[in-house]
Amino acid sequence: MNVDEIIDYCENLYNDLDLNYVKDWKAAHRSKAIGYLPVYVPREIIHAYGMLPVGIMGGGDKLEIIRGDAYFQSYICHLPRSVIELGVSGKLDCLDGVLFPAICDVVRNLSGMWKMEFGDKYVKYLDFPQNFADAGRDFYLREMRQMSEDFEELSGRKVTTEDLNRSIRLYNENRRTIQDLYDLRSEKPHLALTFEVYLLMRAGNILEVTEHTKLLKEYLALVVDCDRPKLDNIRVIVTGAFCEQPPLSLVRALENSGCYIVDDDWILGNRYQTCDIPESDEPLRAIVDSYLSNTVSTASRYDDSEDKGMHLADMVRSRDAEGVVFAAPSFCDPALLERPMLQNVLSHENIPYTAFKYAENTGQIQVIKEQTGTFADSIKLWGAE
Amino acid sequence: MEQVTVNGTEVQKEQSMVLQKKMIGEHFEKLANAKRDGKKVVYTFVPGNLNELIYAFDMIPVHPEINALQSGMRKKSGDYIQEAEKSGHSKDVCTYVKCDIGMMKKGNIGPTGEKIPEPDLLLLSYTGCFTFMKWFELLKQEYKCPVVMLQVPYQGDGEITDAMRDYIVRQLREEVIPVMEQVSGRKLDEDKLKTLLESSARAEDDLVWVWNSAKNRPSPIDAYFGGVYYIGPIFTAFRGLPECEDYYRSLRREVEFRVANKLGPTTPEGELNDQKYRIVVEGPPNWTSFREFWKIFYDEGVVMVASTYSKVGGLYEQGFRHDPDHPLETMANYCLGCYTNRNLPSRVDLIGQYIEDYQADGFLINSIKSCNSFSAGQLMMLRKLEQRTGKAGAFIESDLVDPRYFSAANIKNRMESYFQMIAAKRASV
Repeated sequence: MNVDEIIDYCENLYNDLDLNYVKDWKAAHRSKAIGYLPVYVPREIIHAYGMLPVGIMGGGDKLEIIRGDAYFQSYICHLPRSVIELGVSGKLDCLDGVLFPAICDVVRNLSGMWKMEFGDKYVKYLDFPQNFADAGRDFYLREMRQMSEDFEELSGRKVTTEDLNRSIRLYNENRRTIQDLYDLRSEKPHLALTFEVYLLMRAGNILEVTEHTKLLKEYLALVVDCDRPKLDNIRVIVTGAFCEQPPLSLVRALENSGCYIVDDDWILGNRYQTCDIPESDEPLRAIVDSYLSNTVSTASRYDDSEDKGMHLADMVRSRDAEGVVFAAPSFCDPALLERPMLQNVLSHENIPYTAFKYAENTGQIQVIKEQTGTFADSIKLWGAE
Repeated sequence: MEQVTVNGTEVQKEQSMVLQKKMIGEHFEKLANAKRDGKKVVYTFVPGNLNELIYAFDMIPVHPEINALQSGMRKKSGDYIQEAEKSGHSKDVCTYVKCDIGMMKKGNIGPTGEKIPEPDLLLLSYTGCFTFMKWFELLKQEYKCPVVMLQVPYQGDGEITDAMRDYIVRQLREEVIPVMEQVSGRKLDEDKLKTLLESSARAEDDLVWVWNSAKNRPSPIDAYFGGVYYIGPIFTAFRGLPECEDYYRSLRREVEFRVANKLGPTTPEGELNDQKYRIVVEGPPNWTSFREFWKIFYDEGVVMVASTYSKVGGLYEQGFRHDPDHPLETMANYCLGCYTNRNLPSRVDLIGQYIEDYQADGFLINSIKSCNSFSAGQLMMLRKLEQRTGKAGAFIESDLVDPRYFSAANIKNRMESYFQMIAAKRASV
């Protein structure tokens, strides 16, 4: 495949709300698939049991919400209503279970709704420790052992230490390749365009991990030879979009408004670990330790440290960015409660920022494009002070 | 019953309400003098609070949600919220948080007109509400004091597991208590803790009796509008103290008298003896127009016989009591059992049980814009409950302390239609 074909393939996966890839994969492997909501789940464990982890990030702007709105009040974010819509319309029937990670009260309560609506499927609320000391470690380890027992029953298969280590190895390689992709985009944002990077990342929600890694490597090898003009864009970091995703048209619009996005936090679960999870005699413990110690900073993780928010300023500097775009879904508690704290840090560090809200089905792109375009112009005119 | 003047209007108040007002006044006076008296102040949340532990260290609790709701009742929350929004807080998020932050920015003046002291410790009991976590991250940036968290796992599968309980006990033992010892400058007094827990259990017995009294006809209590007063002492700064026990003994005697004399609860306009509809309520009330909100119901002869909001600080009628013989484990069980820490199927089960046990005519969901912990999923709860019980549910929307999201006319219209429907259904049977 050439670059365009790779991106077309990813865009088809993105648009395929019927999850035909998942159905085909299950038929070919005579196995099961486990869905998960944002932001993070330990996909290595699902994979080790021979099952396919499938990231569910809502219905985007292609899904007409017919029944989903009847489940949620107008002041609840959009993602859960489109996830319910996907569920009640049968589009998620190919999933044998769904994991609901602890990220906010809406996703938490959605787990209970799923239990009531789809009681014949495996439903698990994953309560991650917010205490990152020994008590949290032991609790999480017990939770993971329980989930592994559930998976053993679900998959009908026992897993060895080597099975888990193999999955850890494959996901480590995947994360390293994603890191290469993000580094390339930061270095040459005119080559690795953000909407392409975004689609490649979304493909990681669906594709089996080795297939995804292979696809990323192909893209990385090919895109560096593309002849693409370098535009007079500013370099920005986008933050706040770790759960409900902006529509693809908005991702494109941000780039077209004069902003090269040199880092972001969308589809964060695919690069949640900041370094390799070690292979060991106790792989579950290694996964747990990695969650506690070597992960990204994000709003759904408790942080009462004195330097809270400095990760964003550090990212601005390490990526040589000129500003930050706060893009949060409407009614997103984690992102919107976090935002003032991050903005304080940026103000203190003299880093310019702008902020807007969106929904996954936002159609009014032009207003946002004008806002980020003006932000870009202001930085070009006056620079980051 | 007493007649008192509130904002120039004569209103009826039960003795227990007057007693509670006195307790609250004394509490805020203690807070105002805390620094002078050398007392340490702990900010903490209502659900899953560790009141007995705080008092075992001779510290004084402050509950930011309570400050916010009192600001709402005193008509100050609107300004506080706008103050927070001016400083960058989104219109979309919890108004309790914004009210608290706005109040802080305007001098942190409590309901008695005196300044609430800054915290010596932020004790984050992270139970049943994600926003609590962000709230204390925000406060941490404002106050230079230690913060310690107690994470309470959510009952995702509708049950309390050993892993959950052990996790809480370990956090208490390894982190919470050592930090409290450091801040208070004293070792944990286990005997005192035991005494406080014993007292809590006695007050809990009386409160349960009061809740169960609503099974009478007429119901001697309103378990929602009156209920929010009844939970005041036990959910906030008084559980474990002798005055808390006194309050619930007094309340119980008051309710016993009403049962014996077939009297209804006291509303601001007198006793509600002619009770036409018995309703179960899910969700918190609106505080900014609390009396107007209540009036919509007592004008129609509605009595609330059970509510879930009055269980956010503990579901005692399900059997839980603080157990002085197992202090850490009992605090863990308490935290785990709070209403919003239960999954949605358990919440539906509970409300269904209330409808049956209290022989309710229907149920009301007051969906709060600010509170996703309560609100997300309530439309599904409505349908499941209607299917399960055969009773019609009403669904209204308002907010905790943001006056912009309370429309009396809309709620009144909707409720009048709802009660007409119940009346018509009754007539047809």
